[in-house]
Amino acid sequence: MAPTERSFVITVWDYLCSLKLTLFLLISLALTSIIGTILPQGALPPEYVAQISQTKLQIYSKLGFFDMYHSWWFITLLYVFSLNLVSCSIKRLPHVFKFISEPALVLGEGQRNSFSLKKELTFSAPAEKAKERLSLFLGKEFAAPVITEHNGEYHLFAQKTAWCRLGVYVVHFSILVIFIGAIIGSLAGYKGFVTIVEGARINSFEGRNGQRMPLGFDVLCEKFTVEFYSTGAPKEFRSILTIMENGKPVPGYSQVKVIVNEPLTYKGITFYQSSYGQSNEGGEHFVTVTPRTGGTPEKFTVHEGEAVTLKDGTTFKLLEATQEVRQFAPGFSGPAARIEVTRKGAAPQTFISFKNFPDTNAARGDALTFGYEGTNAKQYTGLQVAKDPGVWVVWLGCALMVIGIGVAFFMSHKRIWVVISKKHARMYGNASKNQAAFQMQFEDIAEKFHEIKI
Amino acid sequence: MTSSMLFNITTFTYLISMIVFFAFLASRSKSLGLAGSFIAYAGLAVQTVAIALRWKESYDMGVGHAPMSNLYESIVFFSWTIVLLFAYIDIRYKYRIVGAFVVPFALLGMAWAQLGMNTGIEPLVPALQSNWLLYHVITCFLGYAAFAVACGISIMYLIKTAVEGKDSSAPAGGLMSMFPPLKVLDDLNYRSIMIGFPLLTLGIITGAAWANYAWGTYWSWDPKETWSLIVWFVYAAFLHARITKGWVGKRAAWLSVIGFAATIFCYLGVNLFLSGLHSYGNSKM
Repeated sequence: MAPTERSFVITVWDYLCSLKLTLFLLISLALTSIIGTILPQGALPPEYVAQISQTKLQIYSKLGFFDMYHSWWFITLLYVFSLNLVSCSIKRLPHVFKFISEPALVLGEGQRNSFSLKKELTFSAPAEKAKERLSLFLGKEFAAPVITEHNGEYHLFAQKTAWCRLGVYVVHFSILVIFIGAIIGSLAGYKGFVTIVEGARINSFEGRNGQRMPLGFDVLCEKFTVEFYSTGAPKEFRSILTIMENGKPVPGYSQVKVIVNEPLTYKGITFYQSSYGQSNEGGEHFVTVTPRTGGTPEKFTVHEGEAVTLKDGTTFKLLEATQEVRQFAPGFSGPAARIEVTRKGAAPQTFISFKNFPDTNAARGDALTFGYEGTNAKQYTGLQVAKDPGVWVVWLGCALMVIGIGVAFFMSHKRIWVVISKKHARMYGNASKNQAAFQMQFEDIAEKFHEIKI
Repeated sequence: MTSSMLFNITTFTYLISMIVFFAFLASRSKSLGLAGSFIAYAGLAVQTVAIALRWKESYDMGVGHAPMSNLYESIVFFSWTIVLLFAYIDIRYKYRIVGAFVVPFALLGMAWAQLGMNTGIEPLVPALQSNWLLYHVITCFLGYAAFAVACGISIMYLIKTAVEGKDSSAPAGGLMSMFPPLKVLDDLNYRSIMIGFPLLTLGIITGAAWANYAWGTYWSWDPKETWSLIVWFVYAAFLHARITKGWVGKRAAWLSVIGFAATIFCYLGVNLFLSGLHSYGNSKM
């Protein structure tokens, strides 16, 4: 390799390992991420398309701004970020390992002056004896020391939690593990959605790209219910599901309650309560019409939007119905319908008729009282369907990250040296982090050290 | 005694504490500093009781849940964590003056919550009915509070450098002599972020775990999620910048202020200006 080529390779390598690149990447990721929180992502709402100029729309689309977290340049940033993490670890880890496995057992003259934590002890006994005594002392108060003889001096070296210097690298590694988990999920997992009408079964769902995907088993929706608080806010959305294989319920998966925050998982596929609605297929509504003057109520079976003409020429139409009116009409509850009545030769009138409040229905004061009696239409439940075999890798990465940050932030590599010469011994201390906390520990030891009689 | 009365007392107490701290700044009287701290602690105690009482009141109403379910409750909890962290710094490091720059954040939060927001206890919508709510909210807000404290300290740093100018070898007298030395402020800023960053990380992870449990995706680039990641990037940059030469001091202080601005946007701006899954109080399934 020619020298210029070699130096070019080294320049690139040094740049890849550099903190400068790390800062550039972190700040770039932070800044570019803002775009996707301001511009709509994925399928664009028509109102947005109508309001933005064509050139802008084209430029943004070209740059991938409408799906920016999957755009080539954002993914590239993440790859370079990973590369930066890997390179700096490759460059620095050997040094750290060496630092841990081959600590500085001997303190040079020059180094000794750089310590802020030190303490001196004078003694009359021979250095040999002081070495024995102080080595026992260090072992008891801090950690068992390694003894080295050097230039007629004894160097006692003791350390604690040297391995915590690896914490930072555990954090860096954990980010890569999370990325790997995400990649596994995007390659081997899928997400989709399915609606099941009460009493019906499905064996496939709609994937993100709109195509039907088979489940490999059947899901039966036994029942769907919504509960409300007295304020009208929803309290619980509940589907009762049964998993079936070969036409038979799977033991342990029969009549399972699925609510928001309590999904159901079968064969690695998870179903999440997500939405619900009224199924309109073949749904019939029941309405009674009672003359105000008394008489037998007449029963009608109608479909939504269907007009019915009564004997006196009055027509009525059921516009819409709900099985729980509370969220639309506070103070009322239960099924209700919006009904439009047109008396012969008069303008149409619209009102709400309740199942549970016949007095309110009668209080309208018309010649005919309309009562809504409910429906045989069924509800459907909407379920998110997801399979993500990479999720455990992601959680492993998260656990590693938490452990790594805990070690890197809250633990420190503490070292104490005792240099024994003739008639005196000097103790030096140093911590890789949180020097203030170590200072207290050191001073505590130093006080006892100072009082040793040898 | 209801929790809302106690919250009003809390707000008032923080106001007094802030005024006393400002008087402490002006007069440099040690006893005023002590009074400022004790008034803030009294407020913290009252607020603690108020939060516990509100928790109990929600059970009495039959909709029992931790008081961290909507914007009002989260702001109140945020203020509480800020004063709690100030107490830690005051007791641990004995820099009382920090209170003058941190208590105003707590007061601002309480005043806004008490005056501008619906204070009623609401039942939990289905999406929030999970134990994750407690873990997620506590870790996030303790993290946010640590960043608020770091921001207050950074502002002190920037004021002090601006006043002392380039000639930092001769520290200015007067008001500036009350501020901790620049090196200490820089160190306190770093320490606060050393507390906030792990908590923010835990907050993001618990949020992801919860999202995965409730919706089947641990990460969906929802604006709230993305902004929390932006905040994480900014503070990760701060932590790395400190090892580089030329980034300690003023630049680190600015990064800390920017980080807190991003935190506030993540917390409030996203809900006010952008749409997503965290719209407080909206019943999203």
